[in-house]
Amino acid sequence: MNYYLSIILFTPLVGALLLLFVNKQNENGIRWIANIVALLGFVVAIPLWFWYDPQDAEFQFVERASWIPSIGAEYFLAVDGFSTLLILLTTMMGSIAVLSSWSAITERVKEYYIFLLVLQTGMLGAFMALDFLLFFLFWEVMLVPMYFLIGIWGSANRLYSAIKFFLYTLVGSVVMLLGILALYFYGYSVTGVYSFDVTQFQGMNLPFDLQWWIFLAFFLGFAIKVPMFPFHTWLPDAHTDAPTAGSVILAAVLLKMGTYGFIRFSLPILPEATRYFVPMMVVLSIIGIVYGALVALAQKDWKRLVAYSSVSHMALVMLGMFALNPVGIAGSIIQQINHGISTGALFLLVGVMYERRHTREISEYGGLSKVMPVYAAVFLVMTMSSIGLPTLNGFIGEFLILQGVFVANKIWAVFAASGIVLGAAYMLYLYQRTMFGKVDNPKNEKLLDLSGREFATFAPLIILAVWIGLYPAPFLRRIDSSVQRVIARVSPQYVPGNAGATPAPPAEVAAATTGQSQAGAPR
Amino acid sequence: MPPGVLLTDFYYLLPELVLTAGALLVLIVDVLLPRGSRGVMWATLAVLAATLAALLPFAATNVVIANGLLAVDQFALFFKVVFLVAAILTVLMSVGYLEVEGASPGEYYFLILCATLGMMIMAGGIDLITSFIGLETMAVSFYVLVGFIKPNQRSNEAAVKYFLLGAFSLGILLYGMSVMYGLSGTTNLRAMATVFAGQERDPLLVLAVILVVSGLGFKIAAVPFHMWAPDVYEGAPTPITAFLSVGSKAAAFAMLLRIFMEGLPSMNADWRLMFEVLSIVTMTVGNLAALTQSNLKRMLAYSSIAHAGYLLMGVVAATPRGVAAMLIYLFVYGFMQLGAFAIIVMMRRRDVIGDEVKDLSGLHVRHPFAAFAMLLFMLSLGGIPPTAGFMGKLWLFGAAIDAGYVWLAVIGVLNSAVSLYYYIRVVVFMYLRKETTGSEPVASPALAFTLAVTVVATIAFGVYPRLLFQLADASAGSLGLGGILTAIR
Repeated sequence: MNYYLSIILFTPLVGALLLLFVNKQNENGIRWIANIVALLGFVVAIPLWFWYDPQDAEFQFVERASWIPSIGAEYFLAVDGFSTLLILLTTMMGSIAVLSSWSAITERVKEYYIFLLVLQTGMLGAFMALDFLLFFLFWEVMLVPMYFLIGIWGSANRLYSAIKFFLYTLVGSVVMLLGILALYFYGYSVTGVYSFDVTQFQGMNLPFDLQWWIFLAFFLGFAIKVPMFPFHTWLPDAHTDAPTAGSVILAAVLLKMGTYGFIRFSLPILPEATRYFVPMMVVLSIIGIVYGALVALAQKDWKRLVAYSSVSHMALVMLGMFALNPVGIAGSIIQQINHGISTGALFLLVGVMYERRHTREISEYGGLSKVMPVYAAVFLVMTMSSIGLPTLNGFIGEFLILQGVFVANKIWAVFAASGIVLGAAYMLYLYQRTMFGKVDNPKNEKLLDLSGREFATFAPLIILAVWIGLYPAPFLRRIDSSVQRVIARVSPQYVPGNAGATPAPPAEVAAATTGQSQAGAPR
Repeated sequence: MPPGVLLTDFYYLLPELVLTAGALLVLIVDVLLPRGSRGVMWATLAVLAATLAALLPFAATNVVIANGLLAVDQFALFFKVVFLVAAILTVLMSVGYLEVEGASPGEYYFLILCATLGMMIMAGGIDLITSFIGLETMAVSFYVLVGFIKPNQRSNEAAVKYFLLGAFSLGILLYGMSVMYGLSGTTNLRAMATVFAGQERDPLLVLAVILVVSGLGFKIAAVPFHMWAPDVYEGAPTPITAFLSVGSKAAAFAMLLRIFMEGLPSMNADWRLMFEVLSIVTMTVGNLAALTQSNLKRMLAYSSIAHAGYLLMGVVAATPRGVAAMLIYLFVYGFMQLGAFAIIVMMRRRDVIGDEVKDLSGLHVRHPFAAFAMLLFMLSLGGIPPTAGFMGKLWLFGAAIDAGYVWLAVIGVLNSAVSLYYYIRVVVFMYLRKETTGSEPVASPALAFTLAVTVVATIAFGVYPRLLFQLADASAGSLGLGGILTAIR
C-alpha cells in the first residue's frame, strides 16, 4: 500500500496540530515552525513531479480504504497530471504565503498559521480525492479557515467581505451537494452498488434530463468559486480585504477549485449537458473577460485592480475549456497554473507595498522604479507574464486557448483576443502609474527595496514563469492524459482514430469510453 | 397478573425497572443527605449508567411484550441510548448551574429521571395508551422542571406557558387518538395498520391524522405549533432547555414515527403531504426568525425549530433510509445541541446571566477551549464538514432526494445556508470582537467533561461515522416497518 499522497495531504495538518502545543507568546518560534512545515510540505510533494508517469493514462498513486461502508464512501485518493500540477502549485504557493507573512502578521500569530496550514490540507485533499463525498468534505473544510483569515487579519471592511465570501461559496456548494447525491442515487439504480467513486461516474451515461439538472447544480458550486460572471461579486471584496497571504492563496489555488471541478467532474461525467450548455458558458465567459478587464481598467485601488484582472483571466480559462477541443482544454489547464503563478505574485507585490505604506491607492504611488529598482524589475516580469508576453508563461497558455477557441468559433476568438489586449492596457497603465514618472509623494522617497526574504518569495515564481514560457513541454506532457480523459467524453471526434466523427450519440460514447476505462481501472 | 402479560415481560422491562427503582432511590437519597451535598448528582448518574448497562442484553432483541403494549426492538434501543446519554450530559451540566442559581436540587434530579423514563416508554410504545402515558410522564416532569428556578420570573412564566399550551396540545392529540381507536376498534398500532390496510380512505381518519399531527407538532415544535418554544427555552433553567430541545424532541419524533409508520401506513399519502408542508414552513420560519435573535437561548430555540423541519424530511421520505437518517441526525444533534447549551451554562456566573450573544465577545481570549468548542458546535449545527452535523444533514437530504423529493432537499440546503449566517454571527462575536468585562467564565470539572464528550463526539461522528451509520440502518430496519414501508413505496 502506497501512502505517498496521504503524507503530502497531512503534512500541513500535522504542522497545525504541532503549533497548538507551542506557547502563543513565542511568536518567532511559531513562525519558524510554520515556515519549516510549509516548506517541508512542498519538499515532500516535489517527487510527485518525477514519480508521476506521463505515459500512463490512468490515475496514479492510488490509495483506497473503506470509510463509511454502509453508504459506500471511501477514502480514495489518486492523481493524474492535472492534479499533480495543482498539488505542486498548492504546496509551493502555500510555503510562499507562509514566508510572506513573517512581518505582515503581528497579531494572533499562532492562530494565523494554524488556519493557513489547515486550509492547505483542505485544498490538497480536494485535488486528490476521487471519492465524491471525500472531495466535498475537503471542499467545505477550506471555507472556515479562509473565513477567519479574511475576518481576523483583513483590512477595513473585513467582516462584510468574509461573510460574503462564506455565504456565496456555501450556497454554491450545498447545491452542488444535491447534485452529488442525485448522481449517487442514480449510480445505485444502475449498478446496484452504493458508491461515490468518481471514476465510476466518469464511465456512466446518464439520461439527458438528469445530466441537465446535475450540470446546473455543479455549475452553481464551481462557477461561484471560479468566479464566473455574474457570481463574481464576492471576489473583489474578499481579495481586497484579505491579508496578503490570503489573497495569494485565494487567487493562486482557491479559484482553481472551480475550474478543477469543471474539468474533473462536470465535463467528463455530464458530457451531453456540457455540450448543451456551451452557449451559456461561452457567453458568460466572454462577458467575464470583457467586463472584468474594463472594470480593472477603471480601478483606483491597486489590489482591486488585480482582483478584477483575475475575473477576466479566469473567464478566459473557462472559455478555453468550453472550446471543448484538446488544444483549448490543454491551454485552459496550463493557463490555470500560469494564473496561479502570475496573479499570486502580483498579490504578493501589492502586499509588499501595503506593508510599507499601508495604502492601496494607486494615486499614492509613482516613480517607484527609482526608489525600488529590484521591486520594479520583479513587478515588470510578473506584469509581462500576466499580459502574456512571449518567452513568459502567460503567452503559452493564452496562445493555446486562443488556438482552441479559434478552431471552435472565430467570433469567440475575437472576444478572447480583445480581453488580452485590454489586459495589456490595464496592466501597463498600472505599471506606468506606479513605477514610472517622478517620485512626487515624499512618503515614497525613503522606501526600502525588497529584502532577502521578500525576494525569496518571488524567486521560484520568476523561475517558473520563465521555464513554462521557454520550455512548456514537460508540463504539457503531464496534462496530456487528463485532457484525453475529458476529450474522450465530451468531444470523442478528437480521439485519435475517431477523427472526422461528429459528436457521438450516447451509445457510441459509451462504447468509446468503456473501451478506455476498461484498459485499466484504477483499482 | 392481567391476561396476556407474561413473567418474562418483566425481564424485557429491565432497563425501565432499573430506572424507576433508581428514581425512587434518588428521591430517598436526597432526603437523607445533608443540603449542598453533591451525592444526589452522583446517585443520579449511577442510576442512568446502570440503566444504560441494563440495555446491553437487548442489543439484538426484537420482541413485542405485555400483550402488544411495548416493543423492545433496536429502534427503541437506539432512542433509549440517545435519551440516556442526553440525560447524563444534562445532569453533568446541571450541578454547577443550580449552585450559581442558588436553587436547591430537591426533586430536580428525580424529575429528570422521570422524564427520561417517559421518553423510553414513548420510544417503545406501539399502543396508543402506552405512548400517551409515556408522553404524559415526560411532559409533567418537564412542566415542573421548566419552572424550577422559583424566584426567577422568566422561569415561572415559561412554566405556566408550557403547561397551558402543553395541556391543550395533549388534548388535541388525545382527541385524534380516540378517533383512531373509534375507527379501528383497537389501540394497538400494528393491529390498527391491518384494520386500515384494506379500507377506503375515511374522511374521519384524515381528521384524526390532522389532530395527531397537530398534537405531536407541538412537542417537536414544528411551525405553526412552535409559539411556546422561544419563551420556554429562554425562561427554563439552561440545562433543562438543553434536555428539552434534545430529549423531548427525540422522544416526540420516536412516537411520531411509531404512530404514522406503524399505525397509519395506509394514510401515507395524506400525512406525507402534511409533513412536507410542515417541514418547509418549519425550517424556513425557524431559520428566518433565528436571524434576528440577540439572545443565545432564543436563537438556539429557533434553530432547534428549524432542525425539526430538517428532521421532518425523513418522515416525508418514509423510507428505511429516511428513518435511518433521522436517527443519525437526532443522535448527532443531541451532542452538538447539548454542547452549545453547556457553553451557555458556563457563561452563567454570579454577576452575568451570560445568555446574550454579545456575552460571548472575545471568548477566544478568555477561554480558548470553550471558544473552539462553541465554534465546532455552531459549524456542526450549520452542517459544515468535517463535523457530525454534516453527516446527519447529508443523509437527511439524501433520503429526500432518494424518495423523489428533490425540491424539498433544495429548500433544505438553502435553509442550511441561511442558518450559517446566524451561527457564524456567534463565531464573529467569539473570535472577531473585543472582549467584554465581567468575571472570567470557568468550567467546573463536570462541565469540562460534558464539553469534552460533546466535542469529541461532534468531530468523531463527522470524520468516522461508520458505526453510527450501521447502527442507524439496523435500528430503522427494525421499526416493524420493513414490510409496511415496502407497501408504501
